[in-house]
Amino acid sequence: MLPNRSRKIVEEYEKSLKRPMDENLKSQIGEEETFLTLMKRMVRENKLAVFSAVVILLFIIAAVLAPVISPYGLSEMDLRNRLSPPGAGHLFGTDEAGRDILTRLLYGSRVSLLTGVVPTILSMLLGAVLGVVSGFYGRWIDAVIMRIADITLAFPSMLLAMVIMYILGDGLINVFLTLALVNWASVARIVRSQTLQLKETEYVEAARVIGVPKRKIVFRHLLPNCLPTLIVLFTLNVPSAILTESSLSFLGLGIQPPDASWGLMVNSGRQFLYNAPWLSLVPGIAIMVIVLAFNFLGDGLRDVLDPYQKK
Amino acid sequence: MSEILLEAKGLTKAFPAGRGRKVHAVTDVSLKVYKGETLGLVGESGCGKSTLGRMMIRLLAPDSGRLLLKGGDVTGMSDRDFLRHRRQLQLIFQDPYASLDPRLTVRELIAEPLRTWNVCRSRDEMTARVLELMEDVGVPGEFLYRYPHQFSGGQRQRIGIARALAADPELIVCDEPVSALDVPVQNQILNLLSGLQKARGLTYLFISHDLSVVRHISDRVCIMFLGMLCEIGETEEIFSSPLHPYTRFLMNAILLPDPHHRHEEDTLLSGEIPSAVNPPPGCRFHTRCPYATDRCRSEVPVMRDMGGRMAACHHPLGHGADLRSSEEARTS
Amino acid sequence: MGSNTLEIRQLNTSFLTQKGEVRAVMDVSLDVPEGKITGIVGESGCGKSVTAKSVMGLVKYPGKVMSGEILLDGRDIRDIPEKEKCALRGSEVSMIFQEPMTSLNPVIRIGKQVEEALLLHKDIPKEQARIRTVEMLESVGISDAGNRMRCYPHQLSGGLRQRVMIAMAMICRPKLLIADEPTTALDVTVEAQILRLMKKLCSGGTSILLISHNLGVIAQICDYVYVMYAGRIVECADTVTLFDHPAHPYTMGLLRAATSLRQDTEILETIPGVVPNLLHLPKGCSFAPRCGSCGDRCRGEMPLMYEAGEEGHMARCFMC
Repeated sequence: MLPNRSRKIVEEYEKSLKRPMDENLKSQIGEEETFLTLMKRMVRENKLAVFSAVVILLFIIAAVLAPVISPYGLSEMDLRNRLSPPGAGHLFGTDEAGRDILTRLLYGSRVSLLTGVVPTILSMLLGAVLGVVSGFYGRWIDAVIMRIADITLAFPSMLLAMVIMYILGDGLINVFLTLALVNWASVARIVRSQTLQLKETEYVEAARVIGVPKRKIVFRHLLPNCLPTLIVLFTLNVPSAILTESSLSFLGLGIQPPDASWGLMVNSGRQFLYNAPWLSLVPGIAIMVIVLAFNFLGDGLRDVLDPYQKK
Repeated sequence: MSEILLEAKGLTKAFPAGRGRKVHAVTDVSLKVYKGETLGLVGESGCGKSTLGRMMIRLLAPDSGRLLLKGGDVTGMSDRDFLRHRRQLQLIFQDPYASLDPRLTVRELIAEPLRTWNVCRSRDEMTARVLELMEDVGVPGEFLYRYPHQFSGGQRQRIGIARALAADPELIVCDEPVSALDVPVQNQILNLLSGLQKARGLTYLFISHDLSVVRHISDRVCIMFLGMLCEIGETEEIFSSPLHPYTRFLMNAILLPDPHHRHEEDTLLSGEIPSAVNPPPGCRFHTRCPYATDRCRSEVPVMRDMGGRMAACHHPLGHGADLRSSEEARTS
Repeated sequence: MGSNTLEIRQLNTSFLTQKGEVRAVMDVSLDVPEGKITGIVGESGCGKSVTAKSVMGLVKYPGKVMSGEILLDGRDIRDIPEKEKCALRGSEVSMIFQEPMTSLNPVIRIGKQVEEALLLHKDIPKEQARIRTVEMLESVGISDAGNRMRCYPHQLSGGLRQRVMIAMAMICRPKLLIADEPTTALDVTVEAQILRLMKKLCSGGTSILLISHNLGVIAQICDYVYVMYAGRIVECADTVTLFDHPAHPYTMGLLRAATSLRQDTEILETIPGVVPNLLHLPKGCSFAPRCGSCGDRCRGEMPLMYEAGEEGHMARCFMC
C-alpha cells in the first residue's frame, strides 16, 4: 500500500496524463521508451534504415531457404555451359566448372552472413566487456588485459588467424572463434579509451556518491554510453570479417570447396576477371549491398538510441 | 551547541602533477560541521574547496588526517564497510549539464539511488516515490520520462537535488550548486535548498566562490586560500569584521549591482594567486598581503581562537580595520 | 558628444533548425558610442551573445543574419565579402570570449600568438612587432612580459590568460572591442582587476561592447546598458538611471533578484515562471506570462520601445 501522500501525487500524475494538454506542453513531454516505441520512431523517421533492415531480412530468408529456392544443386555442374554470362538459363551466369552462380550465391550467403555477424558480435561482446573493465578498474587488471590485447594486435592478423585455425582445425564454428579472437583486441582498446573518458564525467562520480556499486556503474552508465562507438565498430567489422573468412578459405583454412562462401567466390573468380567478370562481380556486389545495409541500419539505430535526438 | 555531525582533523591531500611535483590541494584542514547548520566554504578557484568537500564525504581519500562521522572514525574504513554510511553523505554538483547521465530519463535518474538502497518494494512504489521527490523539488510530474538535455539548467539542478534527497541523507555537500545559473534561477534554487533544510533538518556544507550567496545561506562561514583555512566563524561576525586580510579583500571585490558603489583602486587586491604546486612558505597569502612581515614569510600561522572565532593570521585586522572605504563597499 | 563607433539597426538573426526557425535576435537596434562602455545584460539564451557574433560575422551554421544593418563607423559591414570581414576582424573590431583557456592555441607560445595577431593585419617588420607585443602585454598588466612571452597558455593562470586574450584583441588598436562575458570564468579578485583594465582601455579611446549576465559587472563599468529578453531589447538607459529607476518589469525583477541576496530576507526574490522557448514564443509581449502587471493588451500585441521618463531611457512596455 502506498502512503496517502504518494497516492495523491500518483493520482494527480495519472490525471495529468489523461487531461488534454496544450500543444506547446505536449511537444515537450516524453513517454516511456520501450523497444516498440523506439522501432516505431525509426520507421517514422529513418526510411533508409528500415529499407536496410528489410534488405538484411531478405538476405537471411534467402539463406535459410537456399535449398528450396535455388534453381540448381550446389555442386550441380553444367559442363556445356561453363563460364556462360548472365542470361535466361543461369540468371547470374556460371563459373568455370559450369555451376550456377545464383545457386552458389544463395548457399554462400549462409556462410557469409554468419561469418559476418556471429564472430563480430562475439568479438564486440568480448572486447567491450574487457575494455570497460580494463578502463574502469585500472591497475593490474588493466595492465594484464591491455598487454594481452597488445600481443594480439602486434601479430599480423592474418598470421594470427592462421595459427589459431591450425590449432583449432577446420569448420565453421572454429572460423567464428578465430575471427572473434583476432578482432576483440582493437574493440577493447577503443572501448577502454572511451571508458577512461567516461569515468571522469560527473555523472559517474554522481553515481558513486549515491553508492551505486562499481559493477552497476559499468553496466548502467559506461556501456550504454559506449554504444554509439560500438555500433560504428560493428558496421566496420562485419565486412572485414566476411573478407577475412574469404582469405582464410582461400588459404585452405576456412570453408572448403565444394561448399560456397561469398569471399571464396570472389577469390576464385579472380583468375577469370577479364573474360568472365561476373564470377567475382556478383558475390562482390552482394557483399557490398549487405555491408551498406548494415551501415545504414547502424546509423539509424545510433540515432534512435541517441537521447539528444529524442523529441 | 548542537551535536557535531562531521569532523575533519588535519585533512591533507596532494595530487601528483608529473615529474615528481605535487599540487598541494588541501593542507592540514580541521573543521567541524554541526547538525542542522549550513557551513559555507568560500575560496577562489584552485583553493582546494572542492577537494575538501569531496574528502568530507569520503569520495576522495585524504593523504593524512582523519574524518569523524558522528564521532566515529571513518577514515580507514573499507569502501564496503563505508557503504552503510554512504546514504548519509550526499553531493550536489556544480554543473547540472554534466552530472546527469544523458542516456537516462528523469525517472531512471531519481530511481537510481532508490534502487541502490532497496527503498522500494515494487515498481509502482518506486514511481510514486520518484514523483513525490519531483514534487518536492518542483519538477512537474509530467516530465517523468524526459531526458536531462530537455530541461533548463535550473530544472536540471532540481533533478540533481532530488537524486541527493532520494538517499534521505543527513549532510549534503553543495559544490557550487548555483554558479552555473542565472540570478533569478539561482535564487529559486537557494530558496528550494533553504526550504528543504527546514522541512527535513538537513545539514549543508555549501561550497561557493560567491560571497553574497554564502552570506545569505550560511550560518557559519570558513574562508579558504590555497589549500588552507584562513578564517572560520559565524557569518555575521565574519562579514561585519573580518580578521584575516584575505577575507576583507574578498569582500571588497564583491561586485555590487549598484552603479553608485564602484570599486576604488586601493581597496582591491593586486597580483595573482600563487601556484599550488609550489606554495609560498610561511603564510600562503603573504605574496599578496599588504601587511606581510618577515614572520609571515617564514612561519606558518596556525588557527587560533580570537574572540569566539578562529583565524590563521599573525597580524589579524582589528575591528573597524584599516582598509579604506571597505565599510561602504561591503553592503548597500 | 562623439559619434557612434557601432550602430546596429533592426538586426534579425535566426537559427534554421529542423524544428523550425529559432529567432535568436529580433529587431535589435543599439549604439555603441565612441570611447564608452556599452553593456548588454540578460539571462542565458536571451540572444546577447548571438548579437555580438552577428556583428563579428561569426554566426555559425545553421544560424544566419536575416536582415538589418551593422554600421561600423557608418559603413555597413553586414554584407561585405568574407575576405574583407577577415581583414576587419582583429584590426577594427576584436572580440574576447568567456573561456580564455579554449580560445588560445595550447601548443603555441603566447608571445607568438599575440605577435601573429599583429603581423596578420599590419605590414611591419618582425622586430618592431616583437617590441609592440611586449609593450602591449605590459599595458594589460602582465609583469615580466619578456619572460612570460615564452610561456604556453597552460602555464598561466586564468587571469593572466584573459589578459593575454585582451592583449591579442587590442594589439591592432581596434576601434571596437566586444567582450562576451570576459570575467565569468574568473575569480572575484581577478575579475575586479580585469574590469579595471577594461575601463583603462576604454579611456584610451576604444569603444567597448560588454556582454554579461551579471548586473554587478554592468553596474561597475558600463556607461549605457541594454537589457535583452527572449531575443529582444526590452529596456535601455544610462547605467545610473537603469539601476535607480528601471521601467520594464523584467529589469525590475532582475534587479530585485540581484539585490535581495544582500538584504536580510528569508525568501529570495525570483521571477516566476521560466524563460520562454524561442520556438514557441507567447503571443504579445514575451514577458507577459511572467509579468505581475500584465494586462489584456500585453497578451495580444508586442509593445514597441516607449520613452520612459528621462531622455535616452526606453522600455518595451505599455505601462510606461
